[in-house]
Amino acid sequence: MRKSYGDAEAVRGIDLEVMPGEVFAFLGPNGAGKTTTVEILEGYRKRSGGEVSVLGEDPERAGREWRERIGIVLQSGRLDPYLTVRESLDLYAGYFRSPRPTDEVIALVGLEAEAEQRARRLSGGQQRRLDVGMALVGDPELLFLDEPTTGFDPSARRQAWDVIAGLRDLGKTVFLTTHYMDEAQRLADRVTIIAAGEIVARGTPEDLGDRESQATTIRYRSEGREVELETRTPVETLHELTGAALAKGEEIEALEVTRPSLEDVYLQLTASSDAEAAEVAE
Amino acid sequence: MSALALVAHQFRYDQKAFWRNPAAVFFTVMFPVVVFLILAVVFDGSTVKVDGGVEATTYYVPAIMSLAIISATMQTLAMTLVITREDGRLKRGRGTPMPAWVFIAGRIGNSIVVALLMMALLGLIGGVLYSVSFPWGQLPELLLTLAIGAAAFSCLGIALTAAIPSQDAAAAIVNALLLPLYFLSGIFIPEDELPGGVIDFANHFPVRPFFEAFFAVYVPGAGNGIAWHELGIVAIWGIAGLLLAIRFFRWAPREG
Repeated sequence: MRKSYGDAEAVRGIDLEVMPGEVFAFLGPNGAGKTTTVEILEGYRKRSGGEVSVLGEDPERAGREWRERIGIVLQSGRLDPYLTVRESLDLYAGYFRSPRPTDEVIALVGLEAEAEQRARRLSGGQQRRLDVGMALVGDPELLFLDEPTTGFDPSARRQAWDVIAGLRDLGKTVFLTTHYMDEAQRLADRVTIIAAGEIVARGTPEDLGDRESQATTIRYRSEGREVELETRTPVETLHELTGAALAKGEEIEALEVTRPSLEDVYLQLTASSDAEAAEVAE
Repeated sequence: MSALALVAHQFRYDQKAFWRNPAAVFFTVMFPVVVFLILAVVFDGSTVKVDGGVEATTYYVPAIMSLAIISATMQTLAMTLVITREDGRLKRGRGTPMPAWVFIAGRIGNSIVVALLMMALLGLIGGVLYSVSFPWGQLPELLLTLAIGAAAFSCLGIALTAAIPSQDAAAAIVNALLLPLYFLSGIFIPEDELPGGVIDFANHFPVRPFFEAFFAVYVPGAGNGIAWHELGIVAIWGIAGLLLAIRFFRWAPREG
């Protein structure tokens, strides 16, 4: 699938497949083509080329029946400030043929205490949960969440994560875009990373970017100096290091053994692709 | 749900949101009432030289009703649709099975109900305070005039959203268009005080013909029922608005 705006290619030919019932994270920095992709899948934008099938239909041609089966949370959604949580959900429930009962939705997004509050009085995190609730009212099989926690404080993110994690238990398929590595790691069954309109990595959060085979970093302090070693055989290196220390009867000061975090892998992957894109542009 | 039930559903929530919005209630409901009372107090006892002379208070009842109907339809629709568009709510709604036109229909329903209510409220105030009689005998003609005006100004309001780039610009653009027209059309200043050329100029725009048509059915002896010529001009503006709206209306917010 590809998408160009004039001469600019926002999405340069990507392939992806999302399995029923999984939480799929589409990860990438701002401007990588995430929203363009998700809005093509949602039927808001037309692709420039390639094939797209969502729940067996082409979103460009899909009609009401298809919309009964999907739920959408836009990146920057605001709600009617003058309707309460319950009213906002009831309003959306009226759009669907067989909606999920409003009380159930309120419980799913954890807004029981705020059910009679108008949307304008909710915190940013609560508004976002209501937003997710409005996408759940139709009891969709597939849910699109475009950067659901951008701009949240840590506790609001944690609450939003709990809601999204709960969706998996309901058997929903979730297509999540995010630029937070930890969010993808925490929530997703599979992660695909996009940078500058191209897919640069895909896999489960555990094996993404082939972290297993990457060098391990060992840090410690020796005679007041910081020492940093990179090794592909950490057991051997550590054995030598600790053996020498034991022989001298010393402790190793500030010893740390780290493997590259997902964040490191992510930054590496997206940075190299940005550099390539910059070269192409020149 | 049938299409009509969907529109009724949407309308119910639009009504709730409207009456809870202090800015909407002030500008659409309170403002015309206050303007009428000020003009009535200032000009009470004087006569406007139209149709052989009518009392100023009688003149201002249909004048401010015209303003209130335009405000409830064109102004309210232009402003609230821009706000919901830029909030992303229109776009979000399009992602549901709800047909897109139902949103617009709900809002138009809201506007028409508020317009009817304003007609009743101003008619009541004019009748009780200044003995301006309500034209019960011409009620069908009055309602037809109102319906054509409300439809035309609704279309113009929806078309206007295409020219309004942001929420902040909405009030400024709508008022910059309508306020001068109210003055030039004899809504605030009685038409016998305006130079003849001004009215001729205003006749090309929809506000003045609508006011004339409304005046003709509201004031006894002013006209003889429906002012087809004036309503025709209003309708042509409305159709132009409808075509522009169909061509240029946007659902998605301007890209950030």
